[in-house]
Amino acid sequence: MQRWLGDIIRRNEARLLEYRRMGRAFRRDVLAVASLIVIIAFALGAIFAPWLTPYPEQGEGEPNLSEKFSPPSPEHPFGTDNLGRDVLARVLYGGRSSLSIGLMVVVIAVAIGTPLGALAGYFGGWVDELIMRVTDMFLAFPPLLLAIAIASALGNSFTNAMLAIAITWWPWYTRLVRAQTLSLREREFVAAARGMGVRTPTIIARHILPNVMTPVLVQATSDIGSAILTGAAMSFIGLGVRPPTADWGAMVSTGRVYFLGQPWFAAFPGLAIFLVTLAFNLLGDGIRDVADPQTRRSVQ
Amino acid sequence: MAFVEARDLTKHFVIRRGWFARPTVVRALTGVNLEIERRETLGVVGESGCGKSTLGRCLIRLIEPTSGQVLFDGEDVLALHGEELRSLRRRMQIVFQNPFSSLNPRMTVRDIVAEPLKAHTNMRGSELTARVIELLRQVGLNESHLYRYPREFSGGQAQRIAVARALALNPDFIVLDEPTSALDVSVQATVVNLLEELQAELGLTYLFISHDLSVVQHISNRIAVMYLGEIVEMGNAEEIFHSPMHPYTQALLSATPMVDPETRRERIILEGSVPNPANPPSGCHFHTRCPAAMAFCADEKPPLREINGRLVACHLHE
Repeated sequence: MQRWLGDIIRRNEARLLEYRRMGRAFRRDVLAVASLIVIIAFALGAIFAPWLTPYPEQGEGEPNLSEKFSPPSPEHPFGTDNLGRDVLARVLYGGRSSLSIGLMVVVIAVAIGTPLGALAGYFGGWVDELIMRVTDMFLAFPPLLLAIAIASALGNSFTNAMLAIAITWWPWYTRLVRAQTLSLREREFVAAARGMGVRTPTIIARHILPNVMTPVLVQATSDIGSAILTGAAMSFIGLGVRPPTADWGAMVSTGRVYFLGQPWFAAFPGLAIFLVTLAFNLLGDGIRDVADPQTRRSVQ
Repeated sequence: MAFVEARDLTKHFVIRRGWFARPTVVRALTGVNLEIERRETLGVVGESGCGKSTLGRCLIRLIEPTSGQVLFDGEDVLALHGEELRSLRRRMQIVFQNPFSSLNPRMTVRDIVAEPLKAHTNMRGSELTARVIELLRQVGLNESHLYRYPREFSGGQAQRIAVARALALNPDFIVLDEPTSALDVSVQATVVNLLEELQAELGLTYLFISHDLSVVQHISNRIAVMYLGEIVEMGNAEEIFHSPMHPYTQALLSATPMVDPETRRERIILEGSVPNPANPPSGCHFHTRCPAAMAFCADEKPPLREINGRLVACHLHE
């Protein structure tokens, strides 16, 4: 057992050293570390929401009309909403839909966009033309408008909102990966592999994709924030999560009516959207700096 | 019959294609004929942009020639497709100038050297690792280097990794595309010596491309001198080195530093730079810079002629 473990460590020694170097560089980036903490806090809050709040049933959507519009107090730190539900509980529960929309949209978009971009960039010619013209078609629409159109066509639900946003999102990854692939394709290690008689699918899997994953990861991290924002916008106009399920966008939408008298109702979910979006953007920047020392913002 | 043979090999790169304008074409290689015997080293020299790398890459079909023929051990390389071509690639390999760009920075030495073996054999796991270690030893590295990344090595060591990879499938023919040019002068010799030892041991045939005549002269049996996509002089390495016939070869040689003052020759400084290969000069391509140019050199192109067992394309030797 111990020998076996030692073998693995020995084989990956260089890689482990690299990770340690990246870890050290990351820890020096205060903003990125703070962002990661914020994101983890929201994620834990969403996952353990039923145990963190004394009002899990209100988080799920149960009305509590006797206490409606209570201002923030020790019992309800964020106050209560128009149906008397604890806003803190709603914000914690709302993180479930917002964070999962953000994550899933990006996962789907990367899964569709990356292979298409690699194919377009590697093969060029008519394959490239075909794929890129299709992506151009998707990019020609304003993204939110297209998402709205798709979501209203598919019907109003969490899954459909997620799919709709993902469909407007993948072309960006196709473009990014294609551009990277175009330059990678001319690199000598790709020529060397071709000269050795390595099959094309193997070349793409072994030489192209691993080398495009860093920019994709950076882009994806920043995009989770934007996807959450778009998801919130969809819910805001009533095309996302269906009530009574909690969602930050929907809460801001309902709460804005009462904003002058009961500002806590809209402000706290709005603050959550703002913080999470910002955190993902800063985390993306941090990852870029660590993964690619050449573009590091500040010189130590 | 020669082991590797190029017949009338031509490669034009289209660099700009307009809707109405005629496409701009760079003639990287024009009608090149050459033969390489088994276990021989043919050196190819010339300035950058003269087409020497294009020649090497066309021979192993890393790029498709525009026209002409390549014969490898009697097989018509350009007629092969798919799996036939893939299996022929086992027998011809290439080593590039800069190991840090020809080795994938995200792969360990083991994976890099194992790559051709995975593509062509059923070797996997410990058997594969054993073969990789054997190859590393052959180029002067060892198993302690297996799980390291290319950037952890010096240029000379990294180039040894590239050589090990090229040797993995027991090839017959290796194109060495400036394999020492990116290395420190102090390690150039050790890499050249390694290549010579491997050739003797494994019976390899080399096409050695370089812009440095002294390196080529050391390792080659024969030398081909290229200028603007054409061979201007080709023959025995010693003979070319000691009595160059083409004015371009003479100029190249005069630029090579000599240790022995006896053999030191007068420096011939070439005027100007290499003409644009998209628009080569008329007649003899070299007449614009040739110190011995005659009036009709601009009109008439000298053919490659055999003179004293050597091929020269120059009006001076008629």
